[in-house]
Parts: sequence; C-alpha cells; structure tokens
Amino acid sequence: MKKDLKEFKTFPSSTIKEIQRAANEGIYQIRGLGAKRKVPDFDDLVFLGASMSRYPLEGYRETCNTSVILGDRFAKKPIKLDIPITIAGMSFGALGANAKEALGRGASAMGTSTTTGDGGMTQEERGSSKYLVYQLLPSRYGMNPDDLRKADAIEVVVGQGAKPGGGGMLLGQKINKRVAGMRTLPEGIDQRSACRHPDWTGPDDLEIKIQELREITNWEKPIYIKVGAARPYYDTTLAVKAGADVVVLDGMQGGTAATQDVFIEHVGIPTLGALRESVDALKELNMHRKVQLVVSGGIRTGADVAKAMAMGADAVSIGSAAMMALNCNADLYVEDYKTLGTEPGYCHHCHTGKCPVGVATQDPELEKRLNPIEAGKRLKNYLTTLTLELQTLARANGKSDVRNLEPEDLAALTVEAAAMARVPLAGTDWIPGKK
Amino acid sequence: MNFDLNKKTLREVNQHLQNIDREKNTRKFEILNPQGQHAICAGLKEDIDVTIKGHTGYYCAGMNQKANITVHGNVGTGVAENMMSGKIIVKGNASQSAGATGHGGALIIEGDASSRCGISMKGIDIVVKGSVGHMSAFMAQKGNLVVMGDADADLGDSIYEAKIFVKGKVKSLGSDCVEKKMDQKNIDELTRLFKELNISEDPKKFKRYGSSRNLYNFKIDNVGAY
Repeated sequence: MKKDLKEFKTFPSSTIKEIQRAANEGIYQIRGLGAKRKVPDFDDLVFLGASMSRYPLEGYRETCNTSVILGDRFAKKPIKLDIPITIAGMSFGALGANAKEALGRGASAMGTSTTTGDGGMTQEERGSSKYLVYQLLPSRYGMNPDDLRKADAIEVVVGQGAKPGGGGMLLGQKINKRVAGMRTLPEGIDQRSACRHPDWTGPDDLEIKIQELREITNWEKPIYIKVGAARPYYDTTLAVKAGADVVVLDGMQGGTAATQDVFIEHVGIPTLGALRESVDALKELNMHRKVQLVVSGGIRTGADVAKAMAMGADAVSIGSAAMMALNCNADLYVEDYKTLGTEPGYCHHCHTGKCPVGVATQDPELEKRLNPIEAGKRLKNYLTTLTLELQTLARANGKSDVRNLEPEDLAALTVEAAAMARVPLAGTDWIPGKK
Repeated sequence: MNFDLNKKTLREVNQHLQNIDREKNTRKFEILNPQGQHAICAGLKEDIDVTIKGHTGYYCAGMNQKANITVHGNVGTGVAENMMSGKIIVKGNASQSAGATGHGGALIIEGDASSRCGISMKGIDIVVKGSVGHMSAFMAQKGNLVVMGDADADLGDSIYEAKIFVKGKVKSLGSDCVEKKMDQKNIDELTRLFKELNISEDPKKFKRYGSSRNLYNFKIDNVGAY
C-alpha cells in the first residue's frame, strides 16, 4: 500500500472486494476449513513453569503419563488412549478414502482414536483404526446398527464449532457414485445434512435416544455428545443430564468441509472461552473427570494441548491440523492451487473437490497424490511431536501426568484471554470479572 | 415364550431377544406390560416374531433387522427409527418421526401417525392406514410412504427420491414436492407392495407425490423457494 494513501478502516480493500463480489454474484461464499479471523486463543496464555515454589521434573527422563480413559461413566468398555489427542470427525465424502485411511493409520500408530463423519463408516477407515468413534449425525447417512456395534464409541453430534446451529453441506462435485451410494442420494446433487436430528428435539429426548443406543450396543460403547461452542455452560450441563459419558466441545476455530463463510466467521465463540464455561459446568455438577471433556477447534501445537488440559480438558481433538499433517495446504502442485485462485497456506477450497494435494477430494487422479501409508506416517510424526511438547511443558510445571496440569500453571497475556480463560493477567493477580 | 416387563428389566428382555439361541429354535415371543417403556425391542437382528401387548414409549423396534414385531397399542416417538429390514405392525397410533431414516423393511401403522412420519427415510416402506401429521417425508430419500387417510401441511418438504402415495387430502406440499402422474408402473409397484404386506386397497385411488428435483443443486434463482 502506498504510504500517502489512507485505507478505510470500516471498508478495507478486502471488504470492498467482498461487497463487489456479492454485488456481481448475488450469493454468499461457501468454503471449507475454519475461521480466518483472529480471536483470543491459546497463544494468549503462557505457562509459568517451576521455580522456587514449584518442583520441576526432568525434561526427558522422568515419567510423564499421557494416557487417558474416555467413557467410564456408564459404558462397559471405555476407551483407553495412549495420548490425549484424538482425531476429530471428518466425513468420507468431504475427505477421500486415502485420507480417511491415513488418519486411521496415524492415530492407531499412536494408540489414539479417529472418528467417522457424515456419510457412514468405510471399511478402509474401520480396518485402519484401532479405536474408531462412530458419529450419529442428524442426516443419519450410512447409519446402520452393524457399524454401530463395530465402533469403539458413539458420538452424537449436536453441533459443530464452525457452524453451531447449521447443518452440513457437500456440494455435488464431491458426490461420486460411492459417496452417493453410502448416503442413499443421487450422484452429483448438492447434498444437505439436516441441522436437527430427525427423532429427538431436546435434552429430555436425547436422554431417551442415548438409552436406545446403549440398548442396541449392550451398554458397551462410550457415548459422546459433541456440541459446537454456542452456550457451553448450559450445553455441557444438559449433555451430562442426557447421560453422556464424554462431552466433545468444538470451538469456533473448528473446521468444516463446506459452509457459508458468514457462518464460519460469525457464529459460535472461541475455544478458549468455551472451554472455561464447560469446565465450570462439570465442576458445579461434581462431574469433572467423571464425564470426560474433549476439546477441539484450533488446536495446533503441544502447547495448545497442554493449555487446554491445564484449563480442565481431559483430551483434545484435532481436525484441520491433522489434515495439514497429511499435506493440506502443503507447498506442492502449486499450479493447481493457482487454478483454484489461491496459494499454499491460504487454501480453503475443500468444498470444490479439487484439493491439489488429494486430501479433500473424490477425484481419483487427485487422490493418487496422497499415499495413505506415507501420510499416516506424517500424522504419526505430528502426533508424536505434539505429545513430546505436551510432556515437556507438563514436566516443566512439575507434573508427572499431563492431566495434573491446572489453571494455576497459567497466566494470560491479554485482558481478553484473562477474562475468557479466567487465569490472572501475567504479572498480576487480576482476573477480570472475578471478585 | 413370554416376557413380563413388570418382572424383568428392559435390558434383560432386549438382551435375550438380541442374542437368540438358534439351536433352541424358539422364534415367537410375547412382551407383556410394556407400560410405555422406551427402546423396547431396539436392535433386534434375527428373524423372530415378537408381539408386544400394550403401549410403548420412544424408539420401539429402533434399528430393527429382520425381526417381525407387532405392537398391540400405541407407540411413542421414533418407532422403527433407522430400521434396516423386517416388519413392524402398530395396531394403534404412532407419535412423531415414525420410521425416521429407515433404510429398509416395512412399517405398518393401522391408526394415525403424528408429524414427521418418514422423515429422512432411506428405503423403508411405510404404510399408514390413518392420517399423517405435518412435515411428513421431510427430506425423504428413498422408499415409499403410503397414506390411506389425509396428510397435514408441508408434505414431502425437500424430498429426494422417495415416493409418497396419499388416498385422502393433502393440506399442502413442502418445498420441491409436487404431485406426479400415477402411471401404470406406479400402480403396479403399489399393487405389489400391498400384496406383500397383505393389505386390501385399490392403488388407483391414490395420488402420487415426489420431488420436482429443482432444488437438488443450490441455485440462486431458487432462493425464494426455501
């Protein structure tokens, strides 16, 4: 920008471009992945570390447990994960079969779970996943009791952080014969996933729905309830009341395969604030650590994992970052990014089905660009890195188990983060709003 | 073989019915005193016959596979939800979302069915001898919804490839749902269905409704239809 030109703060060039695009096309933008706007996040927190008053553990040598059990409230067969980092639900349809297989391979190599998505369970995914969480979504595409019994846990999806209150979309270009068959829909149509479940409408109904799911699966499977970060205090309370073994809380930074941009950027609250409210609800109910809390939406590093756990999460879940470990937005096939009007690092064109790196596509030629074995190894490496970072930070705070991290280990760098996370602003004992 | 839900728990009854000992060859069961309990006969997977003597709560026969279940009473929300195969007969009335998301098999309701009957159905055949409530066959994907009485407002809203046959009056059709020609092929299909389900009805008295397929792909020109 030239120095002597003054940009409108209300109408920066990006806003003007969007107004003119809307004026030309008369329709909102649909895109993939999560919010691009800056919101308060885990980068706005720091760990204090140990010093005179705290005793650290040796950074490499001393044991620091990372395992976690999910679903031991009611389920006969809870899941024991080796690491507290799970793979979030992403549908076959949104992602290709190779990508789903790679997620299963990477997660299984690390002793953690992966999750189906809208559209049902594929053989590749079940076969490659040691622990597979089967989602029950409003659309019920591909839902069947045999797969329900094959799953290691069941996740009732009420909402998604990218679009609380919104249903799913899978545009026609991704609905090939196999995807259409699994969803009992014609090929090539713009497929809509309902925003509400077809056979229950509120928490009282959901309690009965969960009873049915438990009856069908012999009360063996942990039942998760996934909510988008809308009203996390009340949603968590109601999920506990409805009988959840695990609450999955997805903040607004969480991704999607395709949704209106206005929805992604303007509905839901950041993971940081949502997590605090959810933990408050569990503690008030005396259910913290009894109903496990899995948090997702913008988790990228071991530091994010550690901070989420210090705030009270039992585990985290990653979606967008896992895709990136597979190669999403990698600096490869650059010409194909350009054809889509984007570049590596900026791409959100999952909805087009033309993913240059073969992750979010059903195009057989593009899919060949993703080798599921190699991609699975990359995911394993990434999960290993996150785990090592998590352990390093836990030891630095004197913790021999990552779940012993606590809010007292944290300080906030901004007033907003201090208010949301309810930890003191760094260098003070001030928590905004706390008397 | 009888189960009395005053004497046994729902878990005991369902567990028995879900794990049939084929060698004993007991294929007929009766459930007494259901008293509106939820999830009765959910998740059955063998070709057995179960008679339920009384009213049931939510999700009776949910996700049924192969079993034939007859309810001598009314049923709550979501009877035969996500059913895969088999046959469910309800002698009384059904609450909302009957046969929701069902993939296969047949659901026969001898009384009325409330709202959202056949919502998101995926291949099931549903026959309602009475009337159905509003938003029935909402987003219905595949299968047949046959209504011998009337249908309330917004029938077949956002319907995909399912077929709706109504003998009585339709208060209104939902988005993208239109009346379609009842040709000989459709009459033959309905005749075959009635024969399979042992129902005496004249297919020629029914009108057929289905998708106009105008909203299958999102076009801005159609925005007013939503």
